Amino acid sequence: MSNADDRHAQRRDIDGLERYDIDTAPGDEYLGDAEVGSGLRGYVIGLGLATLLTIASFWLPGTNLIWAPGIPVALVVLAIAQMGVHLVFFLHITTGPDNTNNALALAFGVLIVVLVIGGSIWIMANLDHNLMPMNANMDMNR
Amino acid sequence: MTAIDVRERDPYRLGHRSHGHAPGHGDSGPAPIRIVVGYGFWIFLLSDIVMFSAFFAAYAVLAGKTAGGPSGAELFDLRNVAIETAALLLSSFTCGLASLAVTARRSSWFYVAMAVTFVLGATFILLELREFAHMVASGAGPTRSAFLSAFFTLVGCHGLHVTAGLLWLLTMMAQIFAKGFRDDILRRFMCFSLFWHALDIIWVALFTVVYLLGASR
Repeated sequence: MSNADDRHAQRRDIDGLERYDIDTAPGDEYLGDAEVGSGLRGYVIGLGLATLLTIASFWLPGTNLIWAPGIPVALVVLAIAQMGVHLVFFLHITTGPDNTNNALALAFGVLIVVLVIGGSIWIMANLDHNLMPMNANMDMNR
Repeated sequence: MTAIDVRERDPYRLGHRSHGHAPGHGDSGPAPIRIVVGYGFWIFLLSDIVMFSAFFAAYAVLAGKTAGGPSGAELFDLRNVAIETAALLLSSFTCGLASLAVTARRSSWFYVAMAVTFVLGATFILLELREFAHMVASGAGPTRSAFLSAFFTLVGCHGLHVTAGLLWLLTMMAQIFAKGFRDDILRRFMCFSLFWHALDIIWVALFTVVYLLGASR
């Protein structure tokens, strides 16, 4: 039995209902031999979008297109968009019902990443702010 | 109620758990091994990403602490980074082509796609090593400042992952060569391709936070 049959195994259960096994692992696609073309299209779209976002990221800081202090924010937004493109088109993580476990694990991972990075930056910036640099301190005492 | 009715109302059968099944096995029996393996490896990748987030946090905090040494804007060669980025992105694409070749059971396509993936990954590593060697030679090694310690830890850790991925890639080619498209080999290949794509995701965060933000700081 080929993998494609395996994936779409259709059978009749005790209650007479037809069931489809539609679970997907991350990185998985529903592909029969004839559907390799559509899989290829997915990777090509992903490559195209990722290339566009990468070029935009490298090109943006050298231009006056947006307000200079806004450039870091724009770069972070472009990076998050590109990570999304990679997740959907290369790792095939979707929000479909067959992918719930994978998406929930991803959501938990994102939560931890945001807490660790955001929390560290926040708390350390606060610390820097409260511990004034030496020369500023001396200016105050003068 | 007919089968059609149920499927139209609830196509994925989320709310209809029939009786008489073992608990935890859902409606259609235990999940296939492939699903369980993929899910487990996905959890590993997420924990790896969480580990990287700690390095990213350390870098973000220490990026300005140059101790009078060179800053990122003076050290980084964005042209080099752009070539590294292109190599890794293309290798991710060719890795996708390799998994399509596996799906279609075309071993010649598979070997070509994997060889191209290896060459692109090796290009990335060589460019990164050259950059590191250049920095160390010009006195900007990891011991120079907190910024450079954080830089070498973060970027070097990603480089180590890519190196491990290259070794894994070679063993996957050897396994397909020796054992063919067996089910367990296919599962290992699925894990490998997930790993390789995840490395590219980390690189996206890396070139943005370290190089692009560092160069414009």
